[in-house]
Amino acid sequence: MTPLTVLVVEDQESIRRFLHASLAGAGHRVLEAGTAAAALRTARESPPDLMILDLGLPDRDGFEVLRGFRSWSRAPVIVLSARDGEADKVAALDAGADDYVTKPFGVGELLARMRTALRHRSPPADAESIVADRLRIDVAARRVSVDGSEVHLTPLEYKLLLTLARCPGRVLTHRVLLREVWGPDATQEVHYLRVFVASLRRKLEADAARPRLIITEPGVGYRFSDT
Amino acid sequence: MADPRPNPDVLLAEVEAEERRVRRGSLRIFFGYAAGVGKTYTMLQTARRARDEGRDVVIGYVEPHARPDTQALADDLETLPVREVPYRGVSLREFDLAAAFARRPEILLVDELAHTNAPDSVHEKRWQDVQEVLDAGIDVWTTLNVQHIESLNDVIGQITGVVVRETIPDHVFDSADELELVDITPEELLERLQAGKIYLPEQARHALERFFQRPNLAALRELSLRQAARRVHTDVESARRRAAAVEPWATADRLLVCIGPSPTTARVIRTAKRMATALDADWLAVSVDVTGAAASAPSRQRVAEHVRLAERLGAETATLAGQDVADTVVEFARSRNVTKILIGRTHRPRWRRFFLGSVVDDLIERAGSIDVSVIHGEEDPQPTTRPGVIRRPRIDTVAMLEATLAVAAAAAAAGLLRWSGLSDAEANTVMIFLAAVAWSAFRHGRLPAVMASVLAVLTFDFVFVPPTLTLAVSDVQYVFTFAVMLAIGLVISTLTARLRGQVESTRERERRTAALYELGRQLGGVSGQDFLSAAAARKVSEIFGGEVAVYLDESPAPPAVVAGRNTEVAKHPLSLPAAQWTMAHDQTAGAGTNTLPAAIAYFVPLVGSSRTLGALGVRVADMSRLADPEERRLLDACASQLALALDRDRMTIEASEARIRAEAEVVRSNLLAGVSHDLRTPLAAIAGASSSLLGEGVVDVAVRRQLIETIEAEARRLTRLLENILQMSRLDAGGAIPNLQWHVLEEVVGSALHRVGRGLAGREVAIRIPADLPLVHVDGLLLEQVFVNLLENAARHTPVGTHVTVSAAVDGRYLRIAVTDDGPGLPAGTEERVFDRFFQAGSAADAGRGTGLGLAICRAIIEAHRGSITAARRPGGGAEFVIRLPLADDTPRIVVE
Repeated sequence: MTPLTVLVVEDQESIRRFLHASLAGAGHRVLEAGTAAAALRTARESPPDLMILDLGLPDRDGFEVLRGFRSWSRAPVIVLSARDGEADKVAALDAGADDYVTKPFGVGELLARMRTALRHRSPPADAESIVADRLRIDVAARRVSVDGSEVHLTPLEYKLLLTLARCPGRVLTHRVLLREVWGPDATQEVHYLRVFVASLRRKLEADAARPRLIITEPGVGYRFSDT
Repeated sequence: MADPRPNPDVLLAEVEAEERRVRRGSLRIFFGYAAGVGKTYTMLQTARRARDEGRDVVIGYVEPHARPDTQALADDLETLPVREVPYRGVSLREFDLAAAFARRPEILLVDELAHTNAPDSVHEKRWQDVQEVLDAGIDVWTTLNVQHIESLNDVIGQITGVVVRETIPDHVFDSADELELVDITPEELLERLQAGKIYLPEQARHALERFFQRPNLAALRELSLRQAARRVHTDVESARRRAAAVEPWATADRLLVCIGPSPTTARVIRTAKRMATALDADWLAVSVDVTGAAASAPSRQRVAEHVRLAERLGAETATLAGQDVADTVVEFARSRNVTKILIGRTHRPRWRRFFLGSVVDDLIERAGSIDVSVIHGEEDPQPTTRPGVIRRPRIDTVAMLEATLAVAAAAAAAGLLRWSGLSDAEANTVMIFLAAVAWSAFRHGRLPAVMASVLAVLTFDFVFVPPTLTLAVSDVQYVFTFAVMLAIGLVISTLTARLRGQVESTRERERRTAALYELGRQLGGVSGQDFLSAAAARKVSEIFGGEVAVYLDESPAPPAVVAGRNTEVAKHPLSLPAAQWTMAHDQTAGAGTNTLPAAIAYFVPLVGSSRTLGALGVRVADMSRLADPEERRLLDACASQLALALDRDRMTIEASEARIRAEAEVVRSNLLAGVSHDLRTPLAAIAGASSSLLGEGVVDVAVRRQLIETIEAEARRLTRLLENILQMSRLDAGGAIPNLQWHVLEEVVGSALHRVGRGLAGREVAIRIPADLPLVHVDGLLLEQVFVNLLENAARHTPVGTHVTVSAAVDGRYLRIAVTDDGPGLPAGTEERVFDRFFQAGSAADAGRGTGLGLAICRAIIEAHRGSITAARRPGGGAEFVIRLPLADDTPRIVVE
């Protein structure tokens, strides 16, 4: 990763210190803010390349920082969230966050998420083919193959796979996927999505119970593996 | 004997009245004896003076037909918008209660206190609007003519020959804080009338001109002056009592007036009111239900009307039950220290009085020291009820026909008897006719039976008594036969009809009792306010044969319809306001009442032990049926049964909630006590390792790394422990109402596997889940936690290389999920205990300690899904955990192809 300016918005001194140490250690320049007001001010003064945002701030709701920042910047935002904060995660993604990391987390995981988020800032033009692991999607020909042998997908399965595969490494919420694949009317029927994902896995994965391509983000959505 | 100290009761009454005055606005009445004396003008003039003195005076409503100088005064003051009500093609202008509440002035002027509102208004009468304004602490000034006072209504009707329908109850007049008499001489008034200064509505001009006669006006003026004088007297009295200059207020008279169905009773009641006022005495009004006698519905209704009239006039009313009217009344009068009994004398034939006695005579005879005043019973000049409410008993033509046929059949039978020569005794013929009379009486009641007896006598005479086929009689003896036959016929018909009436009333009472019993039984069998309300609504609509809607208090939100949502009642726009009013005032409202009479249903409050819980609205095809006090009583009984049941239900819920809270508290404190030890261990390790690293002593890189790894591992353990504790306490708090969604089991197991990740190191996990397994209706995150805990448990208690299998299959109406391993298995006898909190089986050396909560959490989660989880020792060695989840009938099947 090229050195970046990273703004860490977190009210806990100890977490901030640990993030600072790890990020600086990875060669990045780190700005810190302990409150929502300070975060927005700092971001204005020296616009960061990436923001790490804890939603629980003492002065204002973290979502306000997210929305305020998003109103003028497209730089990636990674949200720090608690284990049972699925509703917050979905809301943050919907409000424009790029990804989230569940506390407690390791530095390796955070840096990986940062890399993925940065990659999305420059999305590749509609690729003619997408390759991941043993999977190959030939977009132009609408053909999907695993280990070279063609796999038959229904039109909806194909649409779902393509929607996921176009954003590798990125979490797509249930709502977004339903809207993209089924259209705006089906936003409540999450179990449709689950059944189709299960079917895709059985066709594409070596072991459907240990998926390597389409990763479940419990309570939030799905992520297409980018490794 | 006179005690100079203030009587505590009097003081208390004064204080209470004072308090009422503090809370309520004060009422000032500009009082006159006829239209045109200048009430409105005086009111507006006074209002303007008050306004100029800086008081906040606003006109709520003033009749728009005022004379120019009155209009000029009105234009000078702030005026609230009026409500325009379309009614039969014209637009009525009405005082707007909502506008008054929105503006909240200090003083509100509302003309014509006795006015009757347009049909869709909140209240039937304007004085009720005024009461609400006063209740809200706003002062009201208003105008009133003497003939609109209820108790003077009939007297004035008699004097003037003009009956006024718009009246106000006396207590409203008496409660006025200030009474301002607006008085001019009749001569002056007549001059004004001649000069065209008094507005008279065109259509009533003729009648009113008859009203504006000098003698009439003089009499009205006298009455108004007397009212005002009495008022002044009362004020002085009240002031004197307060000043404790108490003289023996010995004239403690107490009046009792007897209420009956006779139309003259209304007059007696009004007389009693005037007498009570003149004597400054309390008065009671009682009606007597004679046990065993069945009163007809119209007469019951008239009695109820009279009771309501007495209530409006300020009497304390009671309904007594007894064998004998006079005895019952006298006994009650003694118990209440009554000094005078008033009763109306009714027209009854002298012979009846002679044979049957009269209540009046009995009363006089038994009253002892109590005075009895008999009021001459004259037809009441004013109808006591609105036309159409009381239905006269209609002549039932079918019954008459059947009675006639019965007599004809008797004649035929008697003829046959004679013709066949079986018997020609006249006694037998007479008997057969009497049998027909008795049958008619039993079958159809009194009137057909009376007709049948007359018919029987005539037929007997015509057909069987020589000379036959004429009504003439040859033998005078037959006249005697006819007389006795008719007398017996009449007695039979009376007795039989009475018996029938009793049977009917018993049957009716039985029906009611059975209905109430049935309602009580049904309410006893259900719980939950929705089910209770629905059961009551169903039963009440069955009893009354109409629609029922139940509204329950949801304050601060408006009341909600919990039963009968699809009825016309619930859809009608006035139902919600009527229900709300009923709840706020604990009084009936809606159709057939004075409040929101335009509503389509009749509303009764559901009064619970501590507050009003809601309202019950009933709509039947014939709403006048609900005017019958018996029906109302039944409805009241149903409502109180429902209220009782709702109360009981709420108390049960509150009690069980309190118990659950207490239990949760115990669990929480146990949990904390249990984990504090487990929390301290990793903390001690972390603190120790980090302080070693900070110190100078450790320089060896390998040792430093070891210490850092300790910190990392202990931190992870601490995290897991904390998560388990949080989850457990959430489950305990009952907050884990699962977020149920349709899930693919394979995916749930898959993400659990992903989460456990390296924690399984060295154990092989096989997943055997058929692709066609139905969707499961679960909280995905909670079920994932179950698998995480089970897999971690397996990892902790089995050696490396153990095979773990997760398999699932449909088993009847359940989904059976098994997590098995071929490790050492559970220690014997711990199959149930492993699910206990802080149960720790002897763990494998390399697995580290668990939290002792993992399996307890599994069980709590599965039970929250109405499933079960059990542990067992596998026959071939190893442990087996079996989860059974109920399958839903409505499982969606989604075809991917």
